Amino acid sequence: MTGRPRAATEDHPLVKFALCAIAIGFIALFLVMPLATVFSEALAQGWRMAFDALAEPDALAAIRLTLIVAAIAVPCNMVFGLAASWAIAKFDFRGKNLLITLIDIPFSVSPVVAGLVYVLIFGLQGWLGQWLRDHDIKIVFALPGIVLATIFVTFPFVARELIPLMADQGRDEEEAAVSLGASGWSTFFRVTLPNVKWALLYGVLLCNARAMGEFGAVSVVSGHIRGLTNTMPLHVEVLYNDYQYVGAFAVASVLALLALVTLALKSLLEWQFAGEIAASHHH
Amino acid sequence: MSLVIDSVAKKFERFPALKGVSLTVPKGCFMALLGPSGSGKTTLLRILGGLEFADLGHINFDGLDWLALPARERRAGFVFQQYALFRHMTVARNIAFGLNIRPRRTRPSRAEIARRVEELLALVQLDGLGKRYPSQLSGGQRQRVALARALAIEPRMLLLDEPFGALDAKVRKDLRHWLRGLHERLGLTTIFVTHDQDEALELADLVAVMNQGRIEQVATPSELRGAPASPFVADFLGQEPAGPGVVPLRTGSRSSPGPRGGESSFQAR
Amino acid sequence: MSLAATAVPPPRIRSRSALPGFGLAMGFTLFYLGLIVLIPLAALIIRPWSLGFSGFWAEITAPRVLAALRLSFGASAVAAAVNSVFGFIVAWVLVRYRFPGKRLIDALVDLPFALPTAVAGIALSALYAGNGWIGRPLGHLGIKIAYTPYGVIVALIFIGLPFVVRTLQPVLADLNRDSEEAAATLGATRFQTFRRVILPMLAPTLLTGTAMAFARAVGEYGSVIFIAGNLPMVSEITPLLIIIKLQEYDYAGAAAVGVVMLAVSFIFLLALNALQAWAASRR
Repeated sequence: MTGRPRAATEDHPLVKFALCAIAIGFIALFLVMPLATVFSEALAQGWRMAFDALAEPDALAAIRLTLIVAAIAVPCNMVFGLAASWAIAKFDFRGKNLLITLIDIPFSVSPVVAGLVYVLIFGLQGWLGQWLRDHDIKIVFALPGIVLATIFVTFPFVARELIPLMADQGRDEEEAAVSLGASGWSTFFRVTLPNVKWALLYGVLLCNARAMGEFGAVSVVSGHIRGLTNTMPLHVEVLYNDYQYVGAFAVASVLALLALVTLALKSLLEWQFAGEIAASHHH
Repeated sequence: MSLVIDSVAKKFERFPALKGVSLTVPKGCFMALLGPSGSGKTTLLRILGGLEFADLGHINFDGLDWLALPARERRAGFVFQQYALFRHMTVARNIAFGLNIRPRRTRPSRAEIARRVEELLALVQLDGLGKRYPSQLSGGQRQRVALARALAIEPRMLLLDEPFGALDAKVRKDLRHWLRGLHERLGLTTIFVTHDQDEALELADLVAVMNQGRIEQVATPSELRGAPASPFVADFLGQEPAGPGVVPLRTGSRSSPGPRGGESSFQAR
Repeated sequence: MSLAATAVPPPRIRSRSALPGFGLAMGFTLFYLGLIVLIPLAALIIRPWSLGFSGFWAEITAPRVLAALRLSFGASAVAAAVNSVFGFIVAWVLVRYRFPGKRLIDALVDLPFALPTAVAGIALSALYAGNGWIGRPLGHLGIKIAYTPYGVIVALIFIGLPFVVRTLQPVLADLNRDSEEAAATLGATRFQTFRRVILPMLAPTLLTGTAMAFARAVGEYGSVIFIAGNLPMVSEITPLLIIIKLQEYDYAGAAAVGVVMLAVSFIFLLALNALQAWAASRR
């Protein structure tokens, strides 16, 4: 530095330093330390204890249930996201903005309310409660309820990534394909889908992370039956409330690793395919 | 009492934007920096405005070491190509900005500021539009607001970056004449950047033709038309089909390339 | 008659398009949206009126409910305010400065989106408990965070940070430097430029991000309940109250509180749409 004046839009070095310190300090305090706590608590009594806690039958059952729920909920919302974005981005119709707002609703509703609505319909004293009981169908406190609640909270993820991107891309290419004699399906699979594949993957990634990690909504409809209706996050809660901290944090570590992998893949997608993913990355 | 630019050089990363530019702008002169994109004209203007810094060289204005002053102390009225109006402020508040931010000691009273704003609005022929927002104005109107805002701080000089670049042809013509008239009334040393030779030749007292970070020639419009100093100048001035009253230069000038830098009496060295 | 009919075509739901598949995609979208989101929400909205209006009113004005609402809104407002300041600094630093580890920090900002809320909840709880990394030193100073309303605020800060940062970042990156340079040439100091030019230009966006963080915080459950202590009237949040009422088979009471939360969500959704329109007009 030879005493050269600062550019008109540049901050004083001291200001820069102070702001960087505040930002990093805040992130460290509120984000990094909780994350570090998860792993530190899980390994508090050594690797063995942590692994044993994961190999426990109830823990394995929780992992299995979480995988099953995600394996149903994510593809459902993926198909929905593709259908909704095709209809919204490639066609003009009245009430489009209303439809987009309606699709976004689950993001603004408390997860507990999301669980509540299904209990009110399918619960013992719900609308269909008596009828379901008479026909021996279990929805609440069973797999279908957990899947429904998970679908609700992850409902907009895929649609929301695809709609702006597909609207941006317009319909020229599809119209060209149709004019060349392509059918609707082959237009979709050969032209539209390849154009949005990275955004689709991005949406599915976020959808999956939320599906596996959802707690509030699932908590309401699950009934917390150990080994049967406990997903991994619910299992964490049960263990924690039983003062089995190592077990709780061991299962939590698996979920935290999942979150870190999701973040890494997400960042990778953003750096590699920034142009092919829609501009809106927040939800 | 003039603006003396002495061997100013500037590099961006590896790219040399200015390779030692020297130029004297007499007080009250209306000077055009003319050249193709990448010739360094905007960089030179931004250095004058304090928005960019020279690696080498000196600039003296009115006895002031111009480069030592930060942008905000130069009082160089800078009009940006895209106007850079503050979108969240009304036209009046835009114009008053430079006065409102002064420290209390030197800040004019509210009434005085309001009076100055009215005066400036009248000067740029936008009376009654003070309460509008920039988004409610046409391109030509925004341009004049930007000018009024720059004039509000009683600038020592006026720096205009492609002042008509973002306007359509008709508005451009009208504004040109108006701006020339305004310059004659105010007598401010004014430097404007353009890539349009018609604009430069029609408006300016003096034209500095720039190419690849150097000044090729500094001359009055008529000198420039009659005796381009280098093949580049001749070529650049002849690039577009000559309008009425402009002598086609391409053929004549090729045969008699002058020395680089030209021999204008206004050239500093 | 027929002439009039051809001169004024009847309003269409959509304009004609060369592309196929609108009926199928739209049909599936509406069916799925109705089944998963709209009908269940309608069931929620109808349910509490079985109590009659006065019953509904009595339900939502019960002292325990009011205390929970006060805590949820109060803590969310404080957390959103904290995030608006620190989130702004983080976004500013990430967009404007270069420093080592910037990409990592940038990716970490999304952690609260990716980390399951239950994991965040037990981690924060362990961190701020009397024997935790942060709780212990604070305890020596006589400050208690965990199991108090302050714990609720800490959890809601965690959950809300990315909303502010991710909303601001793209707008800050697009912010025209010309305006800052113009302010400088007009004699403004860097601080004056910030206060009079940058901040007002970003205000709608900052408000949008803060409102999103607030809306999310009001409905948050998983990350809060472990650290909150859940004392009725003191540190019991509204979503937890819904769950407690459900466990007592007070479906109508749970639905009444749920309807209040849903109404708040909708009001925020509308306000956010208006805010975003305002923000777009500033760009």
